[in-house]
Amino acid sequence: MTAVSAPREMAGPKQGWFARHHIGVHTALIVLMVIWAIPTIGLFINSFRPATDAFGSGWWSALFPPYNFNFENYAHVLGQSGIGTSFLNSLFISIPATVIPLFVAAFAAYAFSWMEFPGRNILFVVVVGLLVVPLQATLIPVLSMFASWGIAGTFLAVWLAHTAYGLPFAIYLLRNFMGSLPREVFESAAIDGASAVTSFFRLALPMSVPAIAALAIFQFLFVWNDLLVALIYISLVNPDNLPLPVVIANLVSSQGAGIEFLGAAAFLSMALPLIVFFSLQRFFVRGIVGGSVKG
Amino acid sequence: MTDKLITAAIVVVGVPAVLIGYIWLTEQVIRILPEKQKPRVRPWLWMAPALAFLALFLVYPMFGTFLRSFQNHPGTEFVGLDNFFWFFGSADALSALKNNVLWLIFLTLFVVGFGLLVAVLVDKVRYESFAKSVIFVPLAISMVAAGVIWLYMYQYRPPGAVQTGTLNAAIDIFGLGPVPWLQVQTFSVNTFMLIIVMAWMWTGFAMVIISAALKGINPELMEAARVDGATEWQVFRGIVFPLLVPTLVVVSTTMIITALKAFDVVFTMTSGNLNTNVIANQMYAEMFKFGQYGRASAIAVVLLLAIIPIMFFNIGRFRAQEAVR
Amino acid sequence: MAKRFRWFTPLMVGALVMAACTTTPTGGDGKTVTVIGTWTDAEQAAFLAMVAPWETETGNTVKYQGTRSINDILAAGVPTGVLPDLAGLPGPGQMAEYAAAGALQPLDDVLDVATYTSETSPALVDLGKVDGKTYGVFIKAALKGLIYYNPTLHDYSASAPATWDELISQGEANQGDAEALWCVGIESGDASGWPATDWIENILLRQSGPDVYNDWWAGKVPWTDPAIKAAFDLYADVIDNTYGGGTNAVATAFQTGGDALFDNPPGCALFQQANFMSGQGKFATLTAGTDFNAFPFPALNPDYANAVEGAGDLFGMFHATDAAKSLMKYLVTAEAQDIWVKAGGALSANKNATSYPDDFSKNAGAAVANAEQFVFDASDLMPSAMNAAFWSHMVSLTSGSETVDEALAALQVVAEDAYAE
Repeated sequence: MTAVSAPREMAGPKQGWFARHHIGVHTALIVLMVIWAIPTIGLFINSFRPATDAFGSGWWSALFPPYNFNFENYAHVLGQSGIGTSFLNSLFISIPATVIPLFVAAFAAYAFSWMEFPGRNILFVVVVGLLVVPLQATLIPVLSMFASWGIAGTFLAVWLAHTAYGLPFAIYLLRNFMGSLPREVFESAAIDGASAVTSFFRLALPMSVPAIAALAIFQFLFVWNDLLVALIYISLVNPDNLPLPVVIANLVSSQGAGIEFLGAAAFLSMALPLIVFFSLQRFFVRGIVGGSVKG
Repeated sequence: MTDKLITAAIVVVGVPAVLIGYIWLTEQVIRILPEKQKPRVRPWLWMAPALAFLALFLVYPMFGTFLRSFQNHPGTEFVGLDNFFWFFGSADALSALKNNVLWLIFLTLFVVGFGLLVAVLVDKVRYESFAKSVIFVPLAISMVAAGVIWLYMYQYRPPGAVQTGTLNAAIDIFGLGPVPWLQVQTFSVNTFMLIIVMAWMWTGFAMVIISAALKGINPELMEAARVDGATEWQVFRGIVFPLLVPTLVVVSTTMIITALKAFDVVFTMTSGNLNTNVIANQMYAEMFKFGQYGRASAIAVVLLLAIIPIMFFNIGRFRAQEAVR
Repeated sequence: MAKRFRWFTPLMVGALVMAACTTTPTGGDGKTVTVIGTWTDAEQAAFLAMVAPWETETGNTVKYQGTRSINDILAAGVPTGVLPDLAGLPGPGQMAEYAAAGALQPLDDVLDVATYTSETSPALVDLGKVDGKTYGVFIKAALKGLIYYNPTLHDYSASAPATWDELISQGEANQGDAEALWCVGIESGDASGWPATDWIENILLRQSGPDVYNDWWAGKVPWTDPAIKAAFDLYADVIDNTYGGGTNAVATAFQTGGDALFDNPPGCALFQQANFMSGQGKFATLTAGTDFNAFPFPALNPDYANAVEGAGDLFGMFHATDAAKSLMKYLVTAEAQDIWVKAGGALSANKNATSYPDDFSKNAGAAVANAEQFVFDASDLMPSAMNAAFWSHMVSLTSGSETVDEALAALQVVAEDAYAE
């Protein structure tokens, strides 16, 4: 190649052929983004329209005069009794329910990846197989269990339940990630006299940060949006502890009126998970693992 | 209110402290043990909290479900495989199973395929975070809201009336008649429409994970190949893709299991009518609507059996992965 | 790093567990009554207004939780014993199940049964009983089978058609430039098809009478019986003459099913629905009497001209605490139900609660209270598996993917299994 040394060091795209390819990348991405965004945009626009408009005409017709936008739907949602409390309840439920499974799964994943013991693979496959257990099949036995422990309706019950439900996937993902870390790093640490604990906290965890960040995003999101678990384990005993999704679902009356509020509610509720997503993006940077995945 | 805040503060500090403290505790315990026991005991202590959670909340109920599947409706006597015969004999079951196969194949292909595509493309542009969040937003929207969104997308009005659904309005521009998307059963169009909804939501999931794995690939490997004259496609096929395979297996396995359990979309949008039913929806109906715990349990056991082939595949992969390490 | 946790950890464990448990449930001690119901949003406000005087008078508090998934919650609560004090029950069928499971408390000692019986329609009183004991009471009612119309197209208030044949001839004569005679909308999430079942029920009731109707939902009349088929055939005729055909009926949510009445030109001239339709879709923005009105479902067989189909919201008690009993007694009184009735959109089960805000509701309320032959919504009374199949096959039938005979045959297969227990 007639490549000049300077462009190579900059690690920038090569000129000519690659530049053409770059247009292809941009086009493809923009097309994909538009396709993905259109459904949501439809809801977003409709959330500013009164019900009769939203159902009477397509959302795109709101982009032409006469404009009939208002904040009524949002005002109605924000004016719901108990929405502030349920928002705090959601936070109160989601944060521990994200942190606990992360740690518990990390310990187990590390054991599965880097400790030898008989039956390791079989046990791991069983753990992953638990992914298929339908949530509904666990509701009644677990509620019974909570009732006999006296914690039905408390936040602790929901933390424990969400932790358990999130573990199979968390362990699966983390083990995959930790297992692909280079053996040499751990070996040399062991030679230097590092204990398992040190290896875990100083090596395995920092190198698994992208996977942990991904898990944090998903677990937080699933718990934040969860309706069924909170409904069954809390409703019967202590309505004061109910989280946001329950209040949102109740915007629709028993006869189905009020669907127009769901759009506004969805966007209000979505704000926090998106903030979490954005703030964890910085962990998805190349170089944190930096060459740890072997070629 | 204030007591909730205090509790919150304690929780934020306490939870990590407890968890870290647990590991510290186990190490103290291990220190006491004789040298030979240490590596034998340690893994189990590290896995103990996870195993405890899983045993109590997943294994124990599943075991109960397994037993229930052999019992009759009120749960008073054993009826052997009756519930299973009922399931495979009912007309709905075959239709639902066929739909589940469609879900399995197409949801996974769609989600993993597009997730991979986006993760790779987005890696090359500067507006990476923004692009990723656009694909991610559908996952952040609750199922309730997604139902409303696609209600607007698929809405149908009689021919001649102004179309209010996005899809029907779009094809109207080309003069094509409005289609009642969720009713068309030929070629299972309505099932595909439901699969599209779920795929739209979950592509972001695959994208985030694949992107994380992608970042872990040594950039020098790729640069070296490019310098040697490899095209982007060759770099992808020769270096990136092979390194991503373990992650793709994880994502695919998860999506296959998610497809088998797919329930929310079908429940909210068509309730399983007009040949869109899936077995998870049937299980929910039997359990919560009809109170038929025996039959519902049988369906759950069928689900469990369905993933055994996938688990075998995974075991094979772990063995292969470890042989290389 | 390790030494720091020696005292920290046990302290944190203790604090954490204590903190999490501080929000321990009270679940109905002497002063609080926990209630779960299906009413949310505006209906919830109405219910809370209804119990407010009781709270002031007794000094107790009502902790109400509204949810649309009452079935799920109670299905989990009854086997585990984790239950509120009072609950809105999904229907008489489920009420019987919960009573059989020993979860529901009998109300004969709680209420003044004689007064309750005299103030409520006999059909409703009977439906709340299992083995002669009262387990559920109706505190709200609904009237089904009203025919809505747009007075600006043609005003039927002076002379409403009394028979089905008159309805068709007058309807078609006064159709104007409406595209079809009927509007039908049966989509309703996971309950899609229920408005169509209302059609069948109203037709069957007036074609074959309350006895056949009651035997039918009890499983004593097969679906393939000629009487049932006749009802289905008439429904098929209606669908043939409906706006946008069966396809549109299946695709349209019931809330907006009647909106085409008010289009320009109208999509249809007539729309069959329950009284609570007046608070849905476009109806909610219009005034009853002037912008829309309704007349009762016409007679098909003169013997059954005065038969009426209705439904209601059933209430039951799980924990017989003093406060719960007191609240239950209050809820069946006319004063209590009047509060909700005044707020609009509901009919009372108590005949003496008549403070309706407009003539439309007043007439509907009178129809329920004074009905000579009153039957309850049949699909609500069927076993849930039968009910679900009924809804589902109405959707297939309406969309044209099944014929009447195919649907009836399939329903009979389900019936054999569902009623077997």
